Amino acid sequence: MIRFTRVSKIYPKSGPALTNVSFSVAKGEFVFLTGPSGAGKSTILKLIFMDERPTDGEVRVGGQSSVTIRRSDIAKLRRRLGIVFQDFRLLEDRTAEANVAFALEVTGTPRATIPGKVSRVLVQVGLASKATSYPRELSGGEQQRVAIARALVNDPVLLVADEPTGNLDDRATRGVFQLLRDINASGTAVLMATHNLELIRRSDYRTIELNRGEIVFDSSEAAKAAI
Amino acid sequence: MPAVRDAMFAFRRAPLLSALSITTIAFSLFAVGLFGLVVLNIRQALQKAEERVEIRAFVADKTPIEQLALGATDVARYDEVLKVDLVTQEQALERARNELGEFRDVFEAEFLPSSLDVRLKPGFRDPESVRRVAQRLKALPFVEDIRFGEEWIAQLYRLRNIAGVAGIALGLAFAAVAVIIIGATIRMAVLARSREISIMRLVGATDGYVRRPFLIEGFIKGVLGGVFALVLTWVAIQIVGGYLNFQTIFFDRALAITGVLCGALIGLLGSAVSVGRHLRRV
Repeated sequence: MIRFTRVSKIYPKSGPALTNVSFSVAKGEFVFLTGPSGAGKSTILKLIFMDERPTDGEVRVGGQSSVTIRRSDIAKLRRRLGIVFQDFRLLEDRTAEANVAFALEVTGTPRATIPGKVSRVLVQVGLASKATSYPRELSGGEQQRVAIARALVNDPVLLVADEPTGNLDDRATRGVFQLLRDINASGTAVLMATHNLELIRRSDYRTIELNRGEIVFDSSEAAKAAI
Repeated sequence: MPAVRDAMFAFRRAPLLSALSITTIAFSLFAVGLFGLVVLNIRQALQKAEERVEIRAFVADKTPIEQLALGATDVARYDEVLKVDLVTQEQALERARNELGEFRDVFEAEFLPSSLDVRLKPGFRDPESVRRVAQRLKALPFVEDIRFGEEWIAQLYRLRNIAGVAGIALGLAFAAVAVIIIGATIRMAVLARSREISIMRLVGATDGYVRRPFLIEGFIKGVLGGVFALVLTWVAIQIVGGYLNFQTIFFDRALAITGVLCGALIGLLGSAVSVGRHLRRV
């Protein structure tokens, strides 16, 4: 699903963000990506959805390589991914259902099928009753659920979430996290960057810990070593 | 079509910004249009002056009228010649009495020569062509003298060339300024929607999908701006013409449509450049 092979990323102004990072994520896996601020979590996610290219090494996502992928193929790759951000990134002048429908419109989905698909994912995230609400009328947790619905509506094979609970209170955090677990249980791989250690401790998902651009701990490697 | 729908949605969502863009485009094109009208009217005036270019071939005394008539017919067949008027001595006197006050009391025509007044076709009114025809006329056996205002024609042509070159240079400069201003207003519209564009890219929209509504929007703004500019130009020329009591000409239909299409093209190009630059950054 995802493979990082000796990936380094150096930004011209701020210097190295990742150094010689290698790991892989299998289909259907749930992986936490953790570490202090500036460890490289967001950089890894940007490399996954090809918002950035590695300075060295190779990133492979869903069969596409960072070395050979063309600009026109990046859009097609992103349609197979669902991306969720800490700041939700909803369109403020559109309703919840219009925000979700947006992801279908830009990918050329036939108009007749859009309402049905939108309805389905809004039910899945528990927001069917808030379909016609604008983002300003929704709580933080509800807005994040709309963002997740938008990420899900194209049936992605991988959901990438960058600090999805970072702006939420405890209750909303638990609700969103449970939603992500349910999504993973239905077969979608989830890669979630977080520094909420409480969430990590309370689940038994694989954890990759970063510090200063390097992987310092990978629970799957530790488990293999223990065996 | 989603792109057209998105473009229309953009107008509804930010009507003030759209109106500002269209007005800015209109005033930029108004400057170009006004300049174009000035050039058009100067060209019209120069063309009228060009029509007065003629060669007067004075005929020797006692040349038989039949020979004159034959000569006039031959000259009329020259490729460069539009028209030949045979002016008899009596007609010459009549003309002199009408044009020159000092001839008002003169009634004898014998001292005035007959002449062939030769008008040239458009395209042959440059100094070189005029000189060439004049020399051919001078070689005719019954022609005694030739007058064709050589210096005046040379100056007219110099003025026409200067006006032409200046017109093109200044026109291009005005157009360049218009393109820059229009590009800037469209860039504002693109930046106002940069968040939307980045979200579109994140959910998998292709560059073409992002670009299309902006191109349509730019095209529409260019057309509306062009039409508005045409109206402004027409109003301006009516005011100037009325105030100066001066006969002016306006763009014909072809030029007016060309002007509006230029506005559309500038709007389209401005959008393409603004969106293209933005997409390369996100």
